[in-house]
Amino acid sequence: MKKKGKKIQYREAVRLALTEAMEKDERVFLMGEDVGRYGGAYAVSLGLLEKFGPERIIDTPLCESGFVGVGIGAALGGMRPIVEIMTVNFSMLALDQIMNNAATYLHMSGGQFNVPLVIRMATGGGRQIAAQHSHSLEGMYAHIPGIKVLTPATLEDARGMLWTALEDPDPVLIFEYAGLYNMEGELAEDSGPVDIDKSRVMRPGKDITVIAYGGTLSKAMDAAQLLSDNGIDCEVIDLRVLRPLDENTFINSVCKTHRALMVDEGWRSGSISAEVSTRIMEKAFYELDSPVERICSAEVPMPYSKHMEQAALPQVDEIVKTVRRIVNKDG
Amino acid sequence: MSRKKAKTVDKKNSSGKKEIKSAESKHFQHLFHQMLRIRQFEEKAAELYGEMKIRGFLHLYIGEEAVATGVTEVLSPDDNLVATYREHGYALLRGIPAGTIMAEMYGKKEGCCLGRGGSMHLFDSKTRLFGGNAIVGGGLPVAVGLALADKMQGNKRITCCIFGDGAVAEGEFHESMNLASLWHLPVLFICENNYYAMGTALRFTHAVTDLAGRAVAYNVKSSYVDGMEVRAVEEAVKNAAGIVRKERAPYFLECRTYRFRAHSMFDSDRYRTREEIEEWKKKDPVVNFRQFVLDNGYADGKDLGNIEKDVQDEIDEAVAFAESGTWEDVEDLTKHVYSEKNLK
Repeated sequence: MKKKGKKIQYREAVRLALTEAMEKDERVFLMGEDVGRYGGAYAVSLGLLEKFGPERIIDTPLCESGFVGVGIGAALGGMRPIVEIMTVNFSMLALDQIMNNAATYLHMSGGQFNVPLVIRMATGGGRQIAAQHSHSLEGMYAHIPGIKVLTPATLEDARGMLWTALEDPDPVLIFEYAGLYNMEGELAEDSGPVDIDKSRVMRPGKDITVIAYGGTLSKAMDAAQLLSDNGIDCEVIDLRVLRPLDENTFINSVCKTHRALMVDEGWRSGSISAEVSTRIMEKAFYELDSPVERICSAEVPMPYSKHMEQAALPQVDEIVKTVRRIVNKDG
Repeated sequence: MSRKKAKTVDKKNSSGKKEIKSAESKHFQHLFHQMLRIRQFEEKAAELYGEMKIRGFLHLYIGEEAVATGVTEVLSPDDNLVATYREHGYALLRGIPAGTIMAEMYGKKEGCCLGRGGSMHLFDSKTRLFGGNAIVGGGLPVAVGLALADKMQGNKRITCCIFGDGAVAEGEFHESMNLASLWHLPVLFICENNYYAMGTALRFTHAVTDLAGRAVAYNVKSSYVDGMEVRAVEEAVKNAAGIVRKERAPYFLECRTYRFRAHSMFDSDRYRTREEIEEWKKKDPVVNFRQFVLDNGYADGKDLGNIEKDVQDEIDEAVAFAESGTWEDVEDLTKHVYSEKNLK
């Protein structure tokens, strides 16, 4: 039984995880832009510099490729670095190191050099910070073999994924949905490390499987609540891990509900939702009562103005409408 | 160092002089041996490429042997080495058996990376060779990270990072120099300036062609050396590595050298003149050093003949080893994408 917890924010849950990791393993250190004196662009690492000192909470210059590469080298050299990239769009500057080095060393070296590196970054839109700070590129990273891609959408995962990722021998990327940092809820006091292999059924249901991750999970849950008031019973799945993808959970669910909708803040073309949809088609085609559908972000760079940005992102009412149509209870 | 000390003895008596000569002879013969190993290995690789035994990209080091020889001579076995895609010589001199390297280039299971890496990606955990990186500049931040790990753990080793003149134009070079200097990390940056970034000359790619001079911008000590002269390289690396070890800070050494062969086996070498290549060949590090050793009595024809035979035997054995190698099971294709071992 989980002990009853106290109110906590998502960012505090990540901070708890960082603190615990630093306390448990002296090889762990945090490195990134403004993680120390500033306290983290999203105040995640606030107070950690004072607690652990500048040797372990390292402010880096603005050189994503450089400091991610340093993280790789430090991991090869026996440390357990956590590298924070301020936002997903900036990670493009480090894509060379992530894709050409971190993801390939083990394979190119014939199994000799694994890279136990954790990279955390903020992702997602909805905050009116326009086309260079708002995208959801986790699906793109999920294309790359050799890395693991995590999308904590709950307080438990924000708290629990980091330690498991640090124990993993290979590079793990954790995408923290920036819109969730202020999310507040109850976290059990004895909550701790969680698995990083499996998706999770967040709400059981029988009429349709709604698959979401990261920032779209709460929207899917809200929609499911509204729909249940109308007699439609959604099974909501939090993917949690985009690579390696746990297909069993959603395939089993689809075999039960016979309908599926994926809600993905990534762009539709070549997205993780395209992958999920294809796997359902490959593994559960004859179970389906209707085509798999997707709600994704509009295929535009994120606009600044609020109404345009909201129009670009998946929304609760769109999920509700689409589910009604699929389940065919709305005529 | 020991030779300098010996020189004072030298003035006192002639038996001391003999000792020095004998120590120098041994050392110079060794340097020649090492350079020749690279030269012959590369010549053989080119031949095998022609026979289609080796495929893909093959970047030969012929002409640049004095650099790898001088560098590896100075490094300790415990030091880290991060290299480029033109790294066969480093792999060989760091102690990976020639046969294991050749087998890797054949794509055989007996290769140092099971044939998964090939010519450009030679890795070896035993000799602390962290690749064979074929993204120009890509190894530099990794080298800085290795040095950071050593600093954090209180290890005494240094990290040596090899890259070319092309990498100096990459952002990762500048990021890495800044980080290594800012955090006082023991990285020995060795730039093999062969004057061409693939097929485009240094003068067309760098606003400032004095590469060693660029280190000033990062408060990193630097110098350059004639990379065609093995003794000069060895001395320069000894000095540079000494500073890195003592000051636990980075050093940038530019070795000015030249590749006699094309960039890779696909390169038709249209971007430089025959005359230029011939002019540089007059500085052939292997041929000239051989002559120096003979002219100064550090070895006779018989000594060198023995070395040449040793090298020939080593290469023959390497080829035989690669030839008799086996292919990894296709069933194992998806191995080594993720670790099987569990870290704790």
